Amino acid sequence: MISKKQVKHIAKLAKISLKEKEIEKFQKELSKILDYIEKLKEVDIENVEPMSHSVLLENVMRTDEKISEFVFDKEKLTEQFSHKEDNFLKVKKIIQE
Amino acid sequence: MNFENLTIEKIREGLFKKEFSAKEICQYFLEKIKKEDKKIGAFLEITEDLAKEQAEKIDQMVLQKRELPPLAGVPCAIKDNILVKGVKCTAGSKILENFIAPYDATVVRKLKEAGAIILGKTNLDEFAMGSSTENSAFFPTRNPLDLEKVPGGSSGGSAAAVSANFCIFALGSDTGGSVRQPASFCKIVGLKPTYGAVSRFGLIAFASSLDQIGPMTKTVSDCEVVFKIIKGKDRLDSTSVEPKIKEEEFKIENLKIGIPKEYFGEGIEKRVKEEIKKAILKYEKVGAKIVEISLPLTEYALPCYYIIAPAEASSNLARYDGLRYGLKNVPQLSSLRDFWEAYFKNRRNFGKEVKRRIMLGTFVLSAGYYEAYYLRAQKVRRKIAKDFEKAFQKVNVIFTPTSPTLPFKLGERISDPLKMYFSDLLTVAVSLAGLPAISIPISDLPVGLQIIGKHFAEKEILKVAKIYDDL
Repeated sequence: MISKKQVKHIAKLAKISLKEKEIEKFQKELSKILDYIEKLKEVDIENVEPMSHSVLLENVMRTDEKISEFVFDKEKLTEQFSHKEDNFLKVKKIIQE
Repeated sequence: MNFENLTIEKIREGLFKKEFSAKEICQYFLEKIKKEDKKIGAFLEITEDLAKEQAEKIDQMVLQKRELPPLAGVPCAIKDNILVKGVKCTAGSKILENFIAPYDATVVRKLKEAGAIILGKTNLDEFAMGSSTENSAFFPTRNPLDLEKVPGGSSGGSAAAVSANFCIFALGSDTGGSVRQPASFCKIVGLKPTYGAVSRFGLIAFASSLDQIGPMTKTVSDCEVVFKIIKGKDRLDSTSVEPKIKEEEFKIENLKIGIPKEYFGEGIEKRVKEEIKKAILKYEKVGAKIVEISLPLTEYALPCYYIIAPAEASSNLARYDGLRYGLKNVPQLSSLRDFWEAYFKNRRNFGKEVKRRIMLGTFVLSAGYYEAYYLRAQKVRRKIAKDFEKAFQKVNVIFTPTSPTLPFKLGERISDPLKMYFSDLLTVAVSLAGLPAISIPISDLPVGLQIIGKHFAEKEILKVAKIYDDL
């Protein structure tokens, strides 16, 4: 069982504010799911390489130029910002002088 | 004109012979949706103008006697986590409620170029997280075959739209079974291609090492046509590949079908097992060899998936801060504290299941737990993939049920997350291994047969699936 304190810590890392009731709910639900996931401890993983992708991937290199396939209207994107100035997303300065 | 039993082939023929116009088809389906979708809830948005414009283009081509592209005049629906330029794309979430796609996903561009008519965007579990489409932030979708039941998920809107004949085909996305399971529940065909076979550019990411877009259709032939159009390497998705496929002559006498005993054990409904066994028998009768095989890691696929998928999701969904993607009524920020407050508050707009997975993913990646959970899961994932590799040395394809149960009632599992996760029991291993699999309807009951192939063996599993259509 994970503690309430742990739930609060995870919520902080995930940047989601939770109400007290939600914290209790998540404590129960996440504990139940984690108990189930514990099952993986039965598998012998000695000398097994972790697998992050199912097909072999190679690094893709390309010249640093505009990709002709990708055309989009910048304004169509920026006009969806909650607050903007010119073509920039406007937020509060987060680095103090 | 009766448009109830149209296929891609029939539409091409009809347009060519001038039996009907693209405009007539388009009008018929738009009206049908407007009349009948209220009780089903397959669509989140109807793209009437876009559809009519495309139909007009096709009719012009017919008039000018130009060669018609392969999907000319074919009405389709797109899952609402795939971008269609100028159309809202919500991913079933409040946090993207007002987001308008600034460009087309590669698959959408390909469909448009092939002449398909996009009728609208379909409902889904929020960010494709769920197995019943009840997690949509807007409304649940109902199963057209039985309105009390769920259509499956997360591509439940797409599956319902095809099943209710609101369109000829739809696109869905599959991370742990989200194309195959709803296809099974709605008695249609659903293909999850090999990881990398179809470009993910313009698909709103859930778990990037697992997500694939796939066609959902009424027939296997239509599925093949749509797959051929959407597949292929795309410069905009560096994980997409153009596979070299060996042309091998296909003979049913040479076909070896593997039946993994682990997929017929505990937790699988009796009626499902019976129907699948009947289907296997049919294949045996026409000459295929049935081989019992073992995939010993099967029981670990689900817990493995529920570490890896949420981990990737928690990282992918970090971008939704509520500031950039069209969330309305965000107050002006006047101080630094406001900024963080807004950030934390905006993310409250995620639904329950999405929050749960973000929390779970954040936990398994957090300091002190990473090795015990995430790294361990990645190692188990390799063992699961090896299981399949070994099996495919003995057989050409593997048959299993798609879903452990028949469609369940709305509300039946929604309050028990773990119970809902068990809906994915038979589809997640395939996703972890990146293999292609198709679900086809095989019974009067909504039971799907899952046919699994080797990497990039889509052609082979489509051929095997077609045999059933011809039986």
